[in-house]
Amino acid sequence: MDLAGILDRLDVNADWVGLRYVDDHSTWRWVRDGRPQLNQHNRSRGIMVEVLAEGQFAYAASANLDPAAVQQAAVKATAIARAASAHAVYHFSSDVRPPASGSYISPIEQSADSLSPAELNQLLVKSCASLKVSDKVVATHAMLRRVNSQHQFVSSNGSNIEQQFFILSSASQAIAQDGPVVQQRSVNGMFARSWQAGFEILDEDQHLARCRQAGEQAVELLSAEDCPNTSMDLLLAPDQMLLQIHESVGHPLEIDRILGDERNYAGWSFVRPEDFGRLRYGSELMNITFDPEVPGQLASYRFDCTGNPTQRQYIIKDGILQRGLGGLESQQRSGLPGVANVRACSWNRPPIDRMANLNLEPGDSSLEDMIGSVEKGVLMESNRSWSIDDYRNKFQFGCEYARLIENGRLTRTLRNPNYRGISSSFWNSLKAVGNRDSFAVFGVPNCGKGEPNQVIRVGHASPPCLFADVEVFGGDG
Amino acid sequence: MDRGAIEQLFDQLAGGLIDALRSDEHLSLSLRGESSHFCRFNAARIRQTGLVEDSSLDLELIIGQRRASSAISLSGNADLDMQYALAELNRLRAEIPQLLEDPYIVLPASGQASRSISHGQLLDPATSTQHLLPPIQGIDLAGIWASGRIYRGHANSLGSRHWFETDRFALDYSLVSPQEKMVKATYAGSDWNQAEYEASIAASVNRLRLLDKPTITIKPGQYRTFIAAAGVADLLSMFSWHGLSELSLRTGESAFLRMREGGETLSALFSLAEDFSHGQVPRFNDIGEVAPQRLELIRAGQLENSLVSSRTAREYGLESNFAAEHEALRSPRMAPGELDEADVLNSLGEGVYLSNLHYLNWSDSSNGRITGMTRYACFWVADGEIQGPIANMRFDDSFYHFFGDNLQAVSSSLQLIPDVETYGSRGLGLTECPGILLESFALTL
Repeated sequence: MDLAGILDRLDVNADWVGLRYVDDHSTWRWVRDGRPQLNQHNRSRGIMVEVLAEGQFAYAASANLDPAAVQQAAVKATAIARAASAHAVYHFSSDVRPPASGSYISPIEQSADSLSPAELNQLLVKSCASLKVSDKVVATHAMLRRVNSQHQFVSSNGSNIEQQFFILSSASQAIAQDGPVVQQRSVNGMFARSWQAGFEILDEDQHLARCRQAGEQAVELLSAEDCPNTSMDLLLAPDQMLLQIHESVGHPLEIDRILGDERNYAGWSFVRPEDFGRLRYGSELMNITFDPEVPGQLASYRFDCTGNPTQRQYIIKDGILQRGLGGLESQQRSGLPGVANVRACSWNRPPIDRMANLNLEPGDSSLEDMIGSVEKGVLMESNRSWSIDDYRNKFQFGCEYARLIENGRLTRTLRNPNYRGISSSFWNSLKAVGNRDSFAVFGVPNCGKGEPNQVIRVGHASPPCLFADVEVFGGDG
Repeated sequence: MDRGAIEQLFDQLAGGLIDALRSDEHLSLSLRGESSHFCRFNAARIRQTGLVEDSSLDLELIIGQRRASSAISLSGNADLDMQYALAELNRLRAEIPQLLEDPYIVLPASGQASRSISHGQLLDPATSTQHLLPPIQGIDLAGIWASGRIYRGHANSLGSRHWFETDRFALDYSLVSPQEKMVKATYAGSDWNQAEYEASIAASVNRLRLLDKPTITIKPGQYRTFIAAAGVADLLSMFSWHGLSELSLRTGESAFLRMREGGETLSALFSLAEDFSHGQVPRFNDIGEVAPQRLELIRAGQLENSLVSSRTAREYGLESNFAAEHEALRSPRMAPGELDEADVLNSLGEGVYLSNLHYLNWSDSSNGRITGMTRYACFWVADGEIQGPIANMRFDDSFYHFFGDNLQAVSSSLQLIPDVETYGSRGLGLTECPGILLESFALTL
């Protein structure tokens, strides 16, 4: 795509023009109970023209890549930018679209084309067979999704960026039933196993072993006790920490939320502008980084969609809030320190503040030490349910699988484990953080936000973490 | 694109692709498109504004007992789009022999046809702010304006052809008081009416004033509760996810298993149907089948039907009711009851009035338990009068209670709650439902 050539030929009376081309090719494969459900390709491609006129940005997006159509889109965008300018939330300059050049490509070893559709379907059939460890497993699901997403960005002030993302996600789930009792167990939760990677991450033997374990644990849960209704220590595995970080750290720290842009949809934030640099968000063990430079993590990139180059930054250091998740527009509007995180899900949506890779840095406790330190507690794994209020305060999360911890040892399996709390007090109850050996990297490929709505890919990495005195509870059954 | 151009493009593509088929091939084509103006507001000022022209074509190819599908963006250039679509057809042809046989494959519907085109009066994107902004000056409003034409089409190699085209607008907004109290509303339709719009804003401003009173903090516990229609629509939306899908019942994932296998019932006051009679949602599905105008799902508390796609019907030896393959609700209608809106507060007496709910999820799906938050204009009511707004509370309760033994009354008027979601594309669905009065509702945090 000669995007620079199209830009050169544009004739539009705007202070700044950017063209963002996205060519997104994804393939879904889904086998249920060993039988094919879906073999689907999606190719979405188009251009978003973004213009700045009289301090107001406006966009026009179309799948028509013809230069004349792009010219028409640019003229329309300029007209609505001018019409909106008198009513703008904020008058911007092109400073928030810095000139930048460079490229990025996901680090992969084994390309997506190295396995044929037949081989991929066979792998999914084997996954279902491994999940079905007994007749009590009444349904098995095995899915693979791969994405090849090419992004180009050029602008009238000299940006020229190319980024190419190769993504592989897998999900494997067993549903077990015994009379009225139904339990589900998946490998790390649905689609947490998402990375910028090729098929090198899908070692068949390991993959099938994980499926078998998920099937066995689904059956194990059928006869397990319900999680007790009480307050006790809570040890969260990395595949649940990802959700805890996402909902109670990531979203409340998005600066556009703090500025109120999101109030009609996902909501506001309990964090206020004056909290940056001061707020004790969590205990001294809490260190959160914005890090789009982790090789292979789901939301790694080199430039955000405005051309702003990325840099690893501490968001929370030793428990104190340092900076927000806001790009150059939000930083200018708020005067707050931010990061390079303005992203759009595709060519047909405007870029907004998003999480990228938001990680909890390792501490110095081994998993065994943390379990050993607990007199009465519960270890929960793999997210099953999530809900949080519009200020990102009152949350309730559920997990698939839990083990009781008694006198420093893992004892009985528990089903329907849930917990609830309030974000800030919860993080201040953090009393141990796992070490580098226990650190695990996962992804959230379906983070929803924005108006118009956008689903975007986010990465989270964390060790297991131990929280004191958390309200936990089970199901009705 | 000009009016009629998308339909013409779709017909050209369908004709060319179906002509290119071999005798052993079946093809379903579905088009989803829109021409949209979006404008996002914060503090009644413009945060982002833009235009999106987006159409995509889905192809599902069946050869013998195997199938694969593909979706492509359409540029609007018929020659180029035909070239891309033919390339996709060839990709599917090459892939299908490598795939597993699918014993439950369903051929597209044959010989069905429909055409629904409704043109409205929409605001010009270049001047829409002149209409939208004056009534909201001096108000803290956050929200999204989405306006323009929406298209859905289907054609297949067995002769079915459907077209649905409509003009829609929606301003989905929240008003915020200086004390951060909020009310939520949507002004939506097909024909812009400035007076109606201004009345909608004025009504919301009046509701916001009700929130001026000091916030009342209530403790977690069981409360007598009225949930207004917008909140009920959120609860019903959960039935599209591990809910009334026949496949989810068969695979053990449905929250309705206790009704199907355990013989449980809901309240005789609760009835729910899939009802397309308003004509605002296309009745055809992704393989060209046309759903019945009305399908009773739960009648007077009894599970009467689930949503059965033809694929599920084939797998389990059932009769299809032509649900879409994902077996989600497309046009739900909950039956009204006898509680007059004017009597709601008196009937509630003492308890909580919930206008809206937020961020729902199953907390224990096999027991029908849903958690979420109260949001926006939610009040403490005593002696049949609003005492003041409550702080947002988490709820966690089972629909076997709130549509079951705790359902005391259902309001007599139905509200149309439009689907204003814009994930991927603008939604077309809507929910018709009343409010519900509950003897008890569990607020937990």
